[in-house]
Amino acid sequence: MIAAPLHIASERLMLCPSGVLLWPAQRLLAVADLHLEKASHHAARGRMLPPYDTRETLSRLAQALRRHAPSRVVLLGDSFHDASAEQRMAAEDRAMLLRLLGPLDVTWVLGNHDPVLPTGLPGQAMESLTLGPITFRHIGGAPLARYNEVEVSGHFHPKASLETRAGAISRPCFLADPRRVVLPAFGAFTGGLDVRDPALAAFAPRGGRVFLLGRDRLYSAPLGPNRLPAI
Amino acid sequence: MLAAAREGVCTLLIAPTGGGKTLAGFLPSLVELAENPFEGLHTIYISPLKALAVDIARNLMAPVEEMGLPISIETRTGDTPANRRARQREKPPNILLTTPESLTLLLSLADADVMFATLRCVVLDEIHALAGTKRGDQLFLALSRLTSLAPQARHVGLSATVAHPEALRAHVSRHAKPEDVRLITVAGGAAPDITIQLPEGRLPWGGHMGLASAPEIYRAIAASGVTIVFVNTRAQAELVFAALWKLNEDSLPIALHHGSLTVEQRRKVEAAMAAGKLRGVVATASLDLGIDWGAVDQVVQVGAPKGVSRLLQRVGRANHRMDEPSRAMLVPANRFEVIECMASIEAVAAGKQDGEAPRPGGLDVLAQHILAMACHGPFHPDALFAEIRQAAPYAALTRRDFDDTLRFVEDGGYALRSYERFAKLFRDAEGLVHIRGPVVARQLRMNLGTIIETPLVKLRMRGGPYLGEVEEWFISTLRAGDNFLFAGQVLRFEAMEANAALVGRGGDGEARVPTYAGSRMPLTTYLAAEVRAILHDQSRWPALPEEVREWLAMQALRSVLPAPDELLVEVFPRGEKFFLVAYCFEGRLAHQTLGMLITKRMEKLGYGPLGYVGTDYVLAVWSAFEPVDVQPLFEEDILGEELEEWINESSMLRRTFRNIATIAGLLEKHHPGQEKSGRAMTVNADLIYDVLRRHEPDHVLLRATRAEAAAGLTDIGRIAALLARVRQNIRHIRLDRVSPLAVPALIEEGREWVAGGAEDALLAEAAALVHDATDGAEMFSESLAVVSEDPTPRPRRETPKAPRRNRFIRAAPKAARR
Repeated sequence: MIAAPLHIASERLMLCPSGVLLWPAQRLLAVADLHLEKASHHAARGRMLPPYDTRETLSRLAQALRRHAPSRVVLLGDSFHDASAEQRMAAEDRAMLLRLLGPLDVTWVLGNHDPVLPTGLPGQAMESLTLGPITFRHIGGAPLARYNEVEVSGHFHPKASLETRAGAISRPCFLADPRRVVLPAFGAFTGGLDVRDPALAAFAPRGGRVFLLGRDRLYSAPLGPNRLPAI
Repeated sequence: MLAAAREGVCTLLIAPTGGGKTLAGFLPSLVELAENPFEGLHTIYISPLKALAVDIARNLMAPVEEMGLPISIETRTGDTPANRRARQREKPPNILLTTPESLTLLLSLADADVMFATLRCVVLDEIHALAGTKRGDQLFLALSRLTSLAPQARHVGLSATVAHPEALRAHVSRHAKPEDVRLITVAGGAAPDITIQLPEGRLPWGGHMGLASAPEIYRAIAASGVTIVFVNTRAQAELVFAALWKLNEDSLPIALHHGSLTVEQRRKVEAAMAAGKLRGVVATASLDLGIDWGAVDQVVQVGAPKGVSRLLQRVGRANHRMDEPSRAMLVPANRFEVIECMASIEAVAAGKQDGEAPRPGGLDVLAQHILAMACHGPFHPDALFAEIRQAAPYAALTRRDFDDTLRFVEDGGYALRSYERFAKLFRDAEGLVHIRGPVVARQLRMNLGTIIETPLVKLRMRGGPYLGEVEEWFISTLRAGDNFLFAGQVLRFEAMEANAALVGRGGDGEARVPTYAGSRMPLTTYLAAEVRAILHDQSRWPALPEEVREWLAMQALRSVLPAPDELLVEVFPRGEKFFLVAYCFEGRLAHQTLGMLITKRMEKLGYGPLGYVGTDYVLAVWSAFEPVDVQPLFEEDILGEELEEWINESSMLRRTFRNIATIAGLLEKHHPGQEKSGRAMTVNADLIYDVLRRHEPDHVLLRATRAEAAAGLTDIGRIAALLARVRQNIRHIRLDRVSPLAVPALIEEGREWVAGGAEDALLAEAAALVHDATDGAEMFSESLAVVSEDPTPRPRRETPKAPRRNRFIRAAPKAARR
């Protein structure tokens, strides 16, 4: 997997095709919208989705952690699909979560799906985290207060499509403008919101760039202010 | 029929269209009811079409009322108001006319056993159109339950002439046994009178739209009373309709009828047709079944008919009277289609039928049925299994598949048993299966049915009415200002509203035609063999038009003609590429699958395949290097590894999985209490498919998906038969240029591109194109590097729009644009 560099606020960030964001200078890895236990949430409502999403998401996270070996992890909110998600987790999944995050400096940014964090997890929970020029929060897009402030957020599950000769192909994507980065959702059962959706209008108002997740690399395309990918 | 009814035996009545078989099906019931007034439900009639049920009810009621007979007749469909439905449960009519979906709904009610206990007769109409489809699976499962509730009831099946009457007999039977069912065959009346109409001037080499013959079609409409112009696809319907109106100087009333128009529009056209106000109607398969109009004078089939039985059913639409020949005109769109038309006319004259035998029933429909039966009342799995095996599509159902499907309905049936506390069903101490609560039943009733529509978007004229629906993905490829052809008019896409696409009257510029995935029927095996036979047998050529004869003679001169028992493979250079053309004659689906498999094999052998196209007749593959040895490309082992590899990745399988998961109840179309469209609240089927495939590849839904893809979508069976047949008989011919027979394939639209077949390669290419188009000017990453409060807006550079090469969309031919 080849991560793509993104220079923003004099900092060098790396976008990984797995959907996580890296900040090498801080040995930090950020990941958004795990939505753990989404399947069992639906199962309780009569939709028996395969109960493997938590395991799948955690094993993908484990891979990313192994590859990038960060010392600090920022979870950008909606890590759990609902308030009782943690209680529904299978014992081995919970053990895996603890094993993965236990040795690390973990920050749980709170999201709309998990405004209160389950107890007994490693790390600390907060509404947002600011490190140097970069603020990590769940829902981005509000006016940025500080000069030179940069925002890294999740929540919207951005996806974009590229027109190819065999039709349009749609993938989850990073959405970046000069002061903001929105991460794709990392959870196995998380869908996407097209970057042209009005809900994402606050991002890249003067144009930006999308980075579609591929198997081994990102596919990048400019995003015009009129919200049409360039091709 | 009356004798069979008195003896109480089940019957299958096979009669050509127009034989009045529906009334024959009802006659014994009417006689019985007239002689002995009856309390409760006597006869249930099930039709594939709501409109047909309503129409037949009307036709029955008129004479019954006139004669003052004490017989009550009612319909029950999705449109029946709730109060009448409730009354029907309390006091059922003597004769109830309904659809497969409504019947399953009735059977899921707690008092179904009371309602159906008195039943004496079940009439199944148009079963040739239902057997082998998912709606058919649902119907015959429901029939097995009816047999348990009312073992005394006779079954009466009504069918058009088909190639497999034995299979249909089994479907009608109470115990899936054909010998239990008396077969009554009504010979066809006068043989139909079918002619081939060629366009004036040059006969086209390729294309499928048949627009070159528009003047001839128009003249045929003008020369007779009422004409139905059948076409093969909705896109073709739009184009032919537009072409006819351009010629329509006399303003003949010519209408359009296809499945994407709004129901009201279709009903209006049908009503106008019945009232004799129309001279012509351009229609797709949407008019294949349905109400008899009586007054149709001729049928025009534009494009090849693709199957003998299909042609006969369409031809039967003209003049629904037994003693007069139906008149039909075939309008081939290209040279191959001329041969196909001739083959089908000969087959009709020889009284042949074709078509595949009904396939076994799907497990997704079974899952829905099991839940519906649980909603009716507790059942014992052994008893239900025995009952289901009485339904012909499920006669060979294994206990393992049944148990896995039942477990799927209970709690998803996953190896990881974490959903037991959410289970929809539970078992009591005696082993009976119950539903957990009324919510489960409500969920089932809201989602019942087996027709899965691709997401559609309504079209609304600015400040005007709704015009119809097109598939969502087509709209997603449009930009404001793009023109497209719909319902016979050029529309301009303006914007997306909350739940509709806003359009205006079209302006100038190229108009695109929405096409609908999978809307083309493949050529039947029988017709394919006939076409191959005609090609090789010169004694049959004199019947062909001169241009076609010359074309074939030229082929014989430049190359050879494909023989019936061998596979001709031509290889020739053209441009910078090498083309391989295989004359397989196995239909488009099989060719597309084969093209994918062969290009994978060519990749391994280092020939550098670039793309392929499958028509109904041939497969053409082009590559960077010459395939010197073609034998290994057609080895039977390409059906092994390569197939498995591709099939798991293919978008076709994902689409199949989405449908199966929806029918089986994993994904919901509607959810109680939430009127929002299902899309926002359920999880994307592709994601589920990927996760399930990785963690439980043997799950019952994945097994059902693979079975369905192997049977229908990919035509693996036909490929296997072909490869086995030609094992030692591949005739490899090297040419220095394209052969006459190969031309139609090379100008075929809808090419598949090879890019390892993988999305990632396509994305890489598209991203590189963007890069090139913007001169690699990373205008954005530059501005990212600049640390500033307010990045100075730079003049926006216009990026040239890359030519659109979407294989589902094509420009309207010039003829239709003017």
